[in-house]
Amino acid sequence: MNLKLHTIIPAGIILSSLLFAGCSEKESADPAASETKTETSAANTGTSAQSAGTDSAAAQTTDFSAAVESYRTFAVEQCDQFVKQTEKFTEAVKAGKLEEAKALYAPARSYYERIEPIAEALGNLDPDIDARVNDVDAAEWRGFHRIEKGLWEDKTTKGQEAFADRLLQDAQLLRAKVETVDIDASLMVTGAVELLNEVSSSKVTGEEELYSHTDLYDFAANVEGAAKIYEILKPDLAKKDPDLEKQIGERFDALKKELDAYKKGDGYVSYTELKEDEVRKLSQNLDALAEPLSNMGTLLGV
Amino acid sequence: MSNREHEETKDSSILKKPLSRRDLLRLAGTGGLGLIIGGAGMGGLFAAKERKTAAAVAGHPDTEDRIPFYGKHQAGIITPSQNFIYFAAFDVTTTDAQELKKLFQAWTAAAAAMTEGSMLGEESANHNLPPVDTGESAGLSPSRLTLTFGAGPSLFDSRFGLASKRPANFSDLPAFNGDQLDARWCGGDLAVQACADDLQVAFHAIRNLARIARGTAVLRWTQEGFQRTGSADPAGGTPRNLLGFKDGTANPDATSSEQMNRVVWAGAEGGAAWMAGGSYMAVRRIRMRIEVWDRSSLKDQEETFGRYRASGAPLGGQHEFDKVDLSAKGPDGSPAIPANSHMALARGDGSVQILRRSYSYSGGMDAKTGQLDAGLLFICFQRDLQKQFIPLQQKLAKSDRLNEYIQHVGSAVFACFPGASSGGYIGETLL
Ligand code: HEM
Repeated sequence: MNLKLHTIIPAGIILSSLLFAGCSEKESADPAASETKTETSAANTGTSAQSAGTDSAAAQTTDFSAAVESYRTFAVEQCDQFVKQTEKFTEAVKAGKLEEAKALYAPARSYYERIEPIAEALGNLDPDIDARVNDVDAAEWRGFHRIEKGLWEDKTTKGQEAFADRLLQDAQLLRAKVETVDIDASLMVTGAVELLNEVSSSKVTGEEELYSHTDLYDFAANVEGAAKIYEILKPDLAKKDPDLEKQIGERFDALKKELDAYKKGDGYVSYTELKEDEVRKLSQNLDALAEPLSNMGTLLGV
Repeated sequence: MSNREHEETKDSSILKKPLSRRDLLRLAGTGGLGLIIGGAGMGGLFAAKERKTAAAVAGHPDTEDRIPFYGKHQAGIITPSQNFIYFAAFDVTTTDAQELKKLFQAWTAAAAAMTEGSMLGEESANHNLPPVDTGESAGLSPSRLTLTFGAGPSLFDSRFGLASKRPANFSDLPAFNGDQLDARWCGGDLAVQACADDLQVAFHAIRNLARIARGTAVLRWTQEGFQRTGSADPAGGTPRNLLGFKDGTANPDATSSEQMNRVVWAGAEGGAAWMAGGSYMAVRRIRMRIEVWDRSSLKDQEETFGRYRASGAPLGGQHEFDKVDLSAKGPDGSPAIPANSHMALARGDGSVQILRRSYSYSGGMDAKTGQLDAGLLFICFQRDLQKQFIPLQQKLAKSDRLNEYIQHVGSAVFACFPGASSGGYIGETLL
């Protein structure tokens, strides 16, 4: 995933909206167009995802600093938990406690999966922590999935000790760096969609957790991470496009309800227990949510 | 078909007579449905203009490439077959009849725009949003795109309060002898048949309709199909199916309104006034045992259909359109056209007719056997399934010689709505 930070700078927004205003004038030369345009702005009291002039002007002045701060707080909290749980996990690995390590694996990962876009914005940390087999050269493969293979496929903690140490170091590095990451509204908006795209490209297909089949933990965590961003941006979105805001909310609810059916104890059933049509339904519900969510960018103006 | 069946393009264009944004918002709701709204606004106007220029440059008088969407009947039924089909069955996921109605409205607006060759929405003015139109048909002519919508029997269950509106003679097909149906290609609450002279244009239409439906309806199954293209056969002869025979010879005359009224267009019978002017569609995905067929003798092949392969003439005749005489005897005194040949059985006494509008399909290779998965996406239209398709197929399933070479693997029926006029929407008589 390539998240570009700073893609939107205020000057850029102003410039593009000036350009847009210029276009509108040209368009008005056509009588049919100007007629349509009048109706457009009349109806455009914050209802449509694809907004024109007046609304983008409003968006420029929207101050996202509080939203950004509350997302940073969330990210830091998740990171703290991530380090803590990863430590427990790696200790179990190093102590040779196979079953305990297996039980701690998926829950520890959840904290990471919720804030994956942040980690991905921090250079090489994501592959170090989360690469799957074949994602990187065999010699460089480490992180959770390397250990996952040991625990589930080789059925032993032996040989995983060094990987466990590295993983904890990488987790700590992430925690240290998260303070410095530059978060803006654009990162949040794209990040929310990216989280769902992660689900649809690997989690819903069962390709993320090849050995442990704990894909649904990641699935749920990615969705929770996207939901958090939506929750933070919700008040702004409600002002800008209440219908969109409502629709996204409903579809989050629908998806969560569906995921709930697969809860087991504190976690989720194994991916292998899902039937073909159940997977398809999860995937379609995810797409139904991701589609309107991808219009949350309306908050950012043009 | 005469395009006069449809309203003049001039009046029907949503671009020239734009629904106001407010109207559309009220009609179409939000989110996915809201996406198309840009299309009715100024962006749509400009996209349409660009398209026109592109068509003119390519030397296409673009009216010939355009089949009016609005009209008394839906296009894509008696419209002369285009080169390609992209067929899609959907399941409705909402249980709210209002949402379903909004989907119909949004689909109608999008279909009207796409069949005009216009892009949906504004041309990506906003860099922070995904483009409204997926873009792969930009600059392409409408390619005689038609979009035909229908409802499956399952739509008339308890979900939407439509049970009482189900036409008496419209339910799931009975099982036929030899059926080897696979749920992968069966059923559906709704169907959209996209036909166009360009496969990319047809694909674009289904893709965007599926996108608009997200959250309201989901794809259940799809099948694309083809036939020889107009440019490969400028004379426009009867196309051949993948068994090498001309297919469509004895179809009723789609330019005759008398025949179409008798065979294709439903009336208000069966307590379903909402279907008057619509038509019932049967879809069968019929796999051909290509490899087996290729090992059969020419004589066998011709006796299977009751026609000559080269000319398409009935056995004993000279020319494709020669009158068929099922009682004619061959030199040995037995019927020239075998009684169990496909044609003899399908024709019967000539009292039961259907309008066939099939396409060949290729589903790639069957990984299990290494054989080709290819056949016929059989589609036919009629005013009454119980009186037309069902008895016909019952007869064929029992004794057709062709059965040795084919396998029915997919099946669905749909009640294709009457047409809509601009300002209205497809399905408005039902919901
Ligand atoms: C893979 C399956 C099929 C193939 C390859 C096939 C092929 C043909 C061919 C080559 C003809 C003769 C030329 C013509 O009049 O078009 C024909 C005629 C016909 N077929 Fe089929 N067909 C298939 C399935 C069906 C099915 C499922 C039905 C309906 C239940 C059907 C109904 C008819 C009818 C009504 C005629 C015209 C008979 C006449 O009046 O002469 N066919 N078909």
